[in-house]
Order: sequence, then C-alpha cells, then structure tokens
Amino acid sequence: MEFAELIKTPRADNVILHRPFYLAVEGTLCLTGHHLIFSSRRQDNAEELWLLHSNIDSIEKRFVGSLGTIVIKCKDLRIIQLDIPGMEECLNIASSIEALSTLDSVTLMYPFFYRPMFEIVEDGWRCFLPDQEFELLSAVTDEWRLSCINKEFSVCPSYPPVVIVPKSIDDEALRKVAMFRHGSRFPVLSYYHKKNGMVMMRSSQPLTGTNGRRCKEDEKLINATLRPGKRGYIIDTRSLNVAQQARAKGGGFEQEAHYPQWRRIHKCIERFNILQESLIKLVEACNDQSHNMDRWLSKLEASNWLTHIKEILTAACLAAQCIDREGASVLVHGTEGTDSTLQVTSLAQIILDPRCRTICGFESLVVREWLQAGHPFQQRCAQSAYSNSKQKWEAPVFLLFLDCVWQILRQFPCSFEFNEQFLIMLFEHAYASQFGTFLGNNENERSKLKLPQKTMSLWSWVNRSEELSKFQNPLFEANSLVIWPSVAPQSLQLWEGVFLRWNRPSKFLDEAHEEMINIIKYNKELQAKVNALRRQLAEMETDDRMQENL
Amino acid sequence: VENVRLLDRLSSRKAALGTLYLTATHVIFVENVSETRKETWVLHSQISSIEKQATTATGCPLLIRCKNFQVIQLVIPQERDCHDVYISLIRLARPVKYEELYCFSFNPKLDREEREQGWKLVDLNEEYNRMGIPNNYWQISDVNRDYGVCDSYPTEVYVPKSATAHIIVGSSKFRSRRRFPALSYYCKDNNASICRSSQPLSGFSARCLEDEQMLQAIRKANPGSDFIYVVDTRPKLNAMANRAAGKGYENEDNYSNIKFQFIGIENIHVMRNSLQKMLEVCELKSPSMSDFLWGLENSGWLKHIKAIMDAGIFIAKAVAEEGVSVLVHCSDGWDRTAQVCSVASLLLDPYYRTMKGFMVLIEKDWISFGHKFNHRYGNLDGDPKEISPVIDQFIECVWQLMEQFPCAFEFNERFLIHIQHHIYSCQFGNFLCNSQKERRELKIQERTYSLWAHLWKNRADYLNPLYRSDHSQTQGTMRPQIAPCNFLYKFWSGMYNRFEKGLHPRQSVTDYLMAVKEETQQLEEELEVLGERLSNLQKSQLNDNKVKSKQQDRSKQVGLSTSNNSLANTPQEYSNDLKSFPSRSPSQGDEEDSALILTQDNLKSSDPDLSANSDQESGVEDLSCRSPSGGCCLPSEDSGKDSDEAVFLA
Repeated sequence: MEFAELIKTPRADNVILHRPFYLAVEGTLCLTGHHLIFSSRRQDNAEELWLLHSNIDSIEKRFVGSLGTIVIKCKDLRIIQLDIPGMEECLNIASSIEALSTLDSVTLMYPFFYRPMFEIVEDGWRCFLPDQEFELLSAVTDEWRLSCINKEFSVCPSYPPVVIVPKSIDDEALRKVAMFRHGSRFPVLSYYHKKNGMVMMRSSQPLTGTNGRRCKEDEKLINATLRPGKRGYIIDTRSLNVAQQARAKGGGFEQEAHYPQWRRIHKCIERFNILQESLIKLVEACNDQSHNMDRWLSKLEASNWLTHIKEILTAACLAAQCIDREGASVLVHGTEGTDSTLQVTSLAQIILDPRCRTICGFESLVVREWLQAGHPFQQRCAQSAYSNSKQKWEAPVFLLFLDCVWQILRQFPCSFEFNEQFLIMLFEHAYASQFGTFLGNNENERSKLKLPQKTMSLWSWVNRSEELSKFQNPLFEANSLVIWPSVAPQSLQLWEGVFLRWNRPSKFLDEAHEEMINIIKYNKELQAKVNALRRQLAEMETDDRMQENL
Repeated sequence: VENVRLLDRLSSRKAALGTLYLTATHVIFVENVSETRKETWVLHSQISSIEKQATTATGCPLLIRCKNFQVIQLVIPQERDCHDVYISLIRLARPVKYEELYCFSFNPKLDREEREQGWKLVDLNEEYNRMGIPNNYWQISDVNRDYGVCDSYPTEVYVPKSATAHIIVGSSKFRSRRRFPALSYYCKDNNASICRSSQPLSGFSARCLEDEQMLQAIRKANPGSDFIYVVDTRPKLNAMANRAAGKGYENEDNYSNIKFQFIGIENIHVMRNSLQKMLEVCELKSPSMSDFLWGLENSGWLKHIKAIMDAGIFIAKAVAEEGVSVLVHCSDGWDRTAQVCSVASLLLDPYYRTMKGFMVLIEKDWISFGHKFNHRYGNLDGDPKEISPVIDQFIECVWQLMEQFPCAFEFNERFLIHIQHHIYSCQFGNFLCNSQKERRELKIQERTYSLWAHLWKNRADYLNPLYRSDHSQTQGTMRPQIAPCNFLYKFWSGMYNRFEKGLHPRQSVTDYLMAVKEETQQLEEELEVLGERLSNLQKSQLNDNKVKSKQQDRSKQVGLSTSNNSLANTPQEYSNDLKSFPSRSPSQGDEEDSALILTQDNLKSSDPDLSANSDQESGVEDLSCRSPSGGCCLPSEDSGKDSDEAVFLA
C-alpha cells in the first residue's frame, strides 16, 4: 500500500496552530506517511512541530463558514488545534489524518520505516538477554536453571523462548504444569532476593475449575522454591470473590488442601475497561476549564485513578514485605498473569532491589517483567484517554506502573538514578514511537515481525550519553537498602508531569530543576578541583621529602 | 502517672509504655525503654481539646488534640488517674490570665540587651521607609497617638497627606470599630497603594462626607489613576445582610470614582468548621483514597484557600498592572482583610518573600493592625466561637505559592511550620493579645522574647536552597496561573499531618541540597587554602625548613575532608531502613539519631497501611498484622527535626 493514496491533501498553507500557553502561530501544514508536520513561516523564529500519526488518539473537526478547525488529541494527552482555511482542504486533511493514525497493520508503522540519524553504540535488542540475567543469578545460587522448553514458543505463546525455573523440575514436568495454568503460563522466576535467598515467582491462575482439579507437578514446582519447614505466600491479585467466580470458567486458585505450605492473600487490582475508564475520567477532570475547586476534587475522586495506584502499590509492598521481612517466597498471579501480576512483581523489585532503581536496571526490569513477560503492549496501548472507540483490550496498565514508580520516586527523591522525565519518555514510547521496542504483544509476535532486524530498539537510542544526561537524577546517591513507600492517601499525589503536563506552564518548575542541577554541578566541579589540588600538593610534598632525604 | 501507654495513631499495636508528667507548662511523656528514654513534650498552650473516652479493659483512653495538628492518644491504667489528668489538663490548657502563658516563664538565657535587640529586628517605620514613605502623597499620622481614635490600630498610621485629622476622625466614626482606611502597602513604581479598613456604617442609606473625602484622598494620592477599587472580601449576601445592622458596603453612587468589587471569602465560622472537617479526614485511621478525597472536598478547605488567593491575585493585578489603588475591607477588617492584604503584598513585592521580609509582613498586616491573635487562636480561655484558623490559611497560601514558584522564596516550608507552631505556643510574646494597645499595657517587650530573633538566629535551618536573589523568580510581581488552576491547590500534608512523618517523602530534597550547598562552601574555602599552600609550597620548594609545619597543616585538611563527606551523605542515610543492614549503623556516626527516626517512620507507615485491607477472606491476618520489624521499637524523638525547639523545651 502506498501512503500517498491516503494523503488527499499533502500540504496546506496559512494554517494557524493553537496550543495552551503559547501564542497562536501561523504556518504550513504537511502530511507525510507517518508525520503531521507544522512549520511556522516566520523567518526570525522558525518553529516546527512533528507529530507521529500513531500518537493521535482522536480527531474532531468543525467549521465556521469556510474556516475549518481540527482538534487533535494525542495519546501523550496533549491537545492541539489547527485552523485550516478552505473547507475541502480541511476535510481532506482530517480524513487523511484519521486514516493514517489508525493503520491496522503493524508493519506499516513508523518503526519499520525509521532510519536512525545517530550512531549506534550498543544494540538495544541485545542488551537485556535472559542469559545475561541468568549469569548474574548463577553467581549467587545454583538452585535454578535456564529452560529452553519454549524455544519455538510451542509451550507458552506469551512467554519468551527461555525462562528460569527451579533446577529440580525438568522440562517434562513443566509441560504438565503448563497445561494446568491459564495460557500455559507456568510459574517462573521473577526475582531472587540475594539478602535472604527468597524468591518471587509469577504465573497465571491455575485451571482448577469447579471440580477442584489439581496438578502434582505444579505443587512440586512451587514447593521446590521453599526452604525446609518454611512457608510461602501466594498473592492473588484478584479479590476472593472474583477468584471464586473464575472457577466457573475453568480458572481458579490454589486450594489450601493441595498447597498446605502456602498461604494465599487476595488483593483486588482492577483490570481492563475499569482502568481505561478511570484514565478517561481522570484526563477529563484535568482538562476541565471550570474554576470550581469542589468539582475538581470530586472529579479526581470519581476517576478512581489514585485508588488504583494505592491498590497496586499496596499489593507490591505486601509482596516485598513477605520476601524481605517474613523471609518467605512468593508466587504472584491474577488471571492471565500479564497485567496486574506484572505490576506487582516489577514494583516489588523496585522496592527491594537497588539495581532496579538505576537507569540500566530499570530498563532491564521493563524488558524482563513487561516485554519478555508478555504484557500485550499493542493491545493495551492502542488507544489512550481520548479514544472514542471502546475496545475491550485497552488498559493503561503500564502507565499505572510508571505512575506507581513515580510515587516511590517522589517519596525517595535521592534513591533513583533516573528522573521523572525518564518515566514520561517510557510512557510516550509505549503509546507511539519510532522504535520497535513496544510493538507486538509478546516475544513470539516480535520475533515473527522480525523487529530486531527491521526496527531500531528504544534502548539503542536512550543509552547514549547525549540522551542519558536528560534522564539522570542529579540527586541520586546509590542506596543499597530496601525502600518502603507510604501508601496512605496523603502520600499519594496526582502525577502532574503526565496529567497536567499540557495544562500548566512548567517554566517555574523547570527553572527549579535547573537550579538544582547547577547547585550539584558546581559542587562536583569544586570537588574535582580540590581533589586535583590535593593530589598536586601531595606530589610536591613527596618530592620535597625526597629532596630532604637526599 | 506511671505505666501509661502512648498509642501510635496509625497502628494500635505499637504502643510505648512510659510515665506521664504534668508540669506547669508541659505535658511530658517519657518512655520506659531505658537506653533511649524517648520523650514527648507538649505545651499546654498547644492543647486544643482533651477527650476522655470510655474505659476499656486495658485502661482509660485520653485523646489530646493539639493546635499544631499533633494528636496524642494515651491509655492510663486507672480511671481515677485518668480523670485527675483530664481535670488538670482542662484547667492548664485554658489559662485565664496572660501571665499564666509560657512566654512569661520561658527564658532562653539571653541577657536584657539581646532581648531588646531581638524586639528591634522588625521595625515597621523602617519598612514604610523602604516602601518610600513618607513622601509627597503619604504621611505618618499621630491621630491615633493614645489609641484615641481606634483602639485596635497602631499608634502610628500612614494616611494620604490630604487627609486631615478631621477627615480621619470623621471617617473613623463611619467605620465599624472605628477602623478607618489606612495604608498597608505602597508601590513606589507607580504610586498605587493598598489601603485597609473595616466596613462602612452605611446601613441602607447613610453616608458620611468625611469618609467619602477619605477615599478621595486615597485616590488623589495616586495621580496616575482616576479611580480606586474598593474590594469587599465578603460574599455579597453577607455584606447585604450587614446593612440591616446599620453596617454594609460602599454605595458607588455616593463615592466618586470608585469601582466596587465583592470577593467571596467566607467568615471565620465557616473556616473553623472547614478546618475541623479537614482534620477529621486527616485523623481517619486507614482511609481509602475516596474517603480522603471526598472528605477533603467536603471540607471545602482548598476552596477557601483558593478564594483568598484569588482576592490577593486580583488586588496585586490592580496595583501592578493597572496602577490602581485598592481599599480592602471585610467586616471588621482584621481577618479576611489581613489575609488578602498580606497575600497581595507578597505577590507584589519580592522583599516579603525573603525571611526578614516575611517577618515584617506578618508584623505589618497582622500584628500591628490588630488581628485578634488571642481570640482567634484561643491563647486564653475564651469564646470558642471566636477561634478560627485565619493566619493558618494565610500561611498555607504562602506554601501553595512556594509549590508553584520553587525558587521565589528565601525560606522553606519548615519556616512556615515553625511560625504556625509559635502562633499557638505562646512561647514568644509576638502574638499575644488582640492589639498593640493590649501588648503595650502588658509590657510584652520587656517581659517576653521575640520569635523573630529566635528564627533569625536559626535562619540556616529555614533557607530554601533553590533561592538566589538574582534569580528571575525572585524579581518583581509574582503572577500565579489563573485558569485553569484548581489542580494547583494541594493538600498540605507537611502541615496537617505534620507529626506523621511516615506519610512524608522519606528523603528531603531541601535538606539534601542544603547539605550540598554547605559542602560547596567548605570546598570553596578549602580550595582557597589549598591554592595558597600550593603557591607557598612552590615558593618554598628550596626552603626545607618549612616542611614540618606543612605536614601538620596537611593532617588538618584530611580531617576537614572527611567531615565533608559525611555531610554529603546525610540524606542518603535518611531514607533507609537500617534494620535490614545492621552492619551499617555503627558507621552512621552523628547521623545515627536522625537515621533511626526515619527508620521507624518507614515502618510506621508501611506496615499498618499494608495490613489495612488485608484479606479477611483468606484468613491470613497474621502476616499483615506482624510488623515488618518484628515489633521492635526504635528510639525516636518526636521533635527530632525541630531541633531548635527541643533545645528550648529541654
């Protein structure tokens, strides 16, 4: 297919761009296969706006006489307005944008056409391979092994080709366990707590059904992670009620009788459309232009967004508490084990493991616990808060995770190597990107699409010093300890950097950030100078003494 | 009383056993744990209410709520003891004479001269001079010399030059409590001013020539503008109701060249109830997000804060952008008027955003103009209906602005919190009584100490590391975002949940940056010393004699550098959870105390919240109930951070 067929009017002049907090700008609008480009014609201060079509969530058009106006609402929550003279041009442009922003074939997406203009230092596709992770693990324990059972994605379509499982469980047993778990997502290692050797595993729900089916191999597998005489905890991310109802559809939960060494805890984390609606309501509240304070608070409350944040963080803290404080191993699952499960396991790691609070460690966490673990990014992030179409699979699961990370970052502003911008960047790229990283729903699909060969990895771009410097937290001081966030309502705040990003001028906050960077930079410079001088002095004094000795 | 248990509000399982002492000025609880003997001190004047609850099997619970938002829950084994404590506290918390207040017995061991110097730190005449007054348009008037015209005004009042004593006295007779229009702020760039008064006694039709002349005089003092705004900060309905009582508001027809404007800020009773409702939300044991947000909305607190800000923004805009003078009043002109004038001044003039300037601002708009501190903050036993968090709201407005303009203020959040604390503590004389007249009669300055001097002495604790006097945010008028702006107003947990440290960010960016800045300063000094020594060394390369002295020098340097390092690491140690790495604690050195405090806070917050919703269904209570620390209580001191207070209390 040629993109040109979809572009009815490639260019319009005398278009006026309106954005909040900026003066309206007149310029030229161009449409290409993947971008909407607006460039002001003013010579003195030429300005260009490039917008990926895939970033466009919805588009509205209206007319006053022959002046058409289109309002473009983006997945990154920005709203822009374009005034286009000429009814026909406007209609053409609107329908072109609509077509280009809703391409249904993945291979037509921009990452397949994007050619990087930067030098690749390290190929991001090869950065975070399971083997490397396993190498780190085998340095501290030999109780685990790498299994290639899923090499052809034959056992579990949403798992990566290699997974880490208890050494004592062979592939034959794994095959049986896979039959007993929803979507064949058998329990695999998620995290190993070096401090006390406790582990966190994740899986999907067991298929016990109404007649209480059991699977000896499943019991054996998870028991293999327990120390003699010790008990473990199963954190089910559904309420007991929901878990019980799941039995009618063939799902279920681990019965005490068959898993006597495990205690089950139910935590209720919402999924799917409930989350999507929550996001839509929240963004609506943030865009509300009224001056009424009560209305703002009640809308914020009614969106339930912060309630979801609190629930997710609470479950993650609980998992971390079981591991670190109770010295117990933990298995986390919900229904499919691809959404709330991953929120809990990845946040627990941020609390427990200082490595996950570094830039590289966090990237590795996103790769392991989200991409390789089979969070269906393409389904979940197809649309954002302005979407009109109500599709079943959309849900801001990953955004909620990033929001939770931001909440912890806010409470421990000196313990993270990355800053808020880093999280915002990940949010943007999960929804629309020139990179292939977040395309596809799992490793299986990614390998079929040949993403590593045909597209560029986000990590190849981010992990260059030019980019990294934007994402570094100047306050970072390595902190090797477990960090326990507060989940009280007073401690949780709206993530303004995302939700109010386009509704408030950020000048004063940016200035504050800059000031902070300067204070620390100046300090480091002085430190370097002092050290250099000290060294020089020490050398001269040694020379002195040598002369003396002579 | 022995064997008293101090309950942790967030978790009933963690209670400290200790002894309760009542002194003339404080309630003191000392924990039994012998190595720490953690102490909790509460000033009687901070106590806002004491509640004796029904006796249970474990004893008799006593709930003490404080004006600085601390809530203390005690369980006293014997009902009789509890009753005695209750009765004594009720008496002690409600003194009837000023002489009973703490400031009359408080002695920070300063000599007389130091005390007098302290009172001179803030000088209002100097402040009006700074504004450029007296000048051709404004002068100081001695009409209120012996408080003869208005007993709640200061003796020295600034009025337009053209306002004769006759006009002033005439106007005062037409104003509630004789609070005639007087100057609050003057903008020397464009001659626009902010004046303040009480409501006119206009009723339905009364008018007063002198009052009309007074407003004329104010207008004429700003030759660049042909009208003035008269801002009535009350809701229109309230103002209209006042007409029936012979009070009311200015009729635009009677006053030439005024533009009249209502800005609806609610009265003290609404505000008192609003705070009460918000505090109930803060006190909820384990509120859900909805409980909290709904309660916050329902309290209306942030709506009121926004109303005050809106009024301040309106006035600042009139003065700075339109160059128009403004007369502000409410009913008596000592509550809402004080709030609005001080917010507007703060927006207009960067000086008030400095530490010293902020003290001056409170002295000017609140203390000197007769804000009724005693009545509003219940220092002496009085009518509970007079109590209202008027200045608390102003302080919160400042905090809200600090959040929006992080580089604009010289001081930090702690400064505001400590001022709030001392408005209620009665430890210093500044906020005593209801007017300057009363304070003079009591000879406050001779018998008590000034808070401003105390804060100034400890100013290093109150600095905002992001403030630079040459930064663009510290210049000129501050222009907060007007619309949409609802989301800019946020709940201030640093104030209203001040004592639940577990709810706050575990690492303080402010403290971290202050430590960095302090280290930077030391590095600068060291750099100079090193540079000097280097050049000396180069000179003396040939001179062997000096080697010895240099080596001594050098060892000194090494010492300095280690202390630098520990400073830089301070915040890092803050957040953490030492329990998990006991090996770390010996290396903590001086920081041990604070690190431990924060550790306990961690536990405090994380475990009860986790357990809150834990599953009744699955019957796994015991996991969630057990504290992650294994029930071990670490020492901590409530006022750990408020080290300056601790010094005085001890």
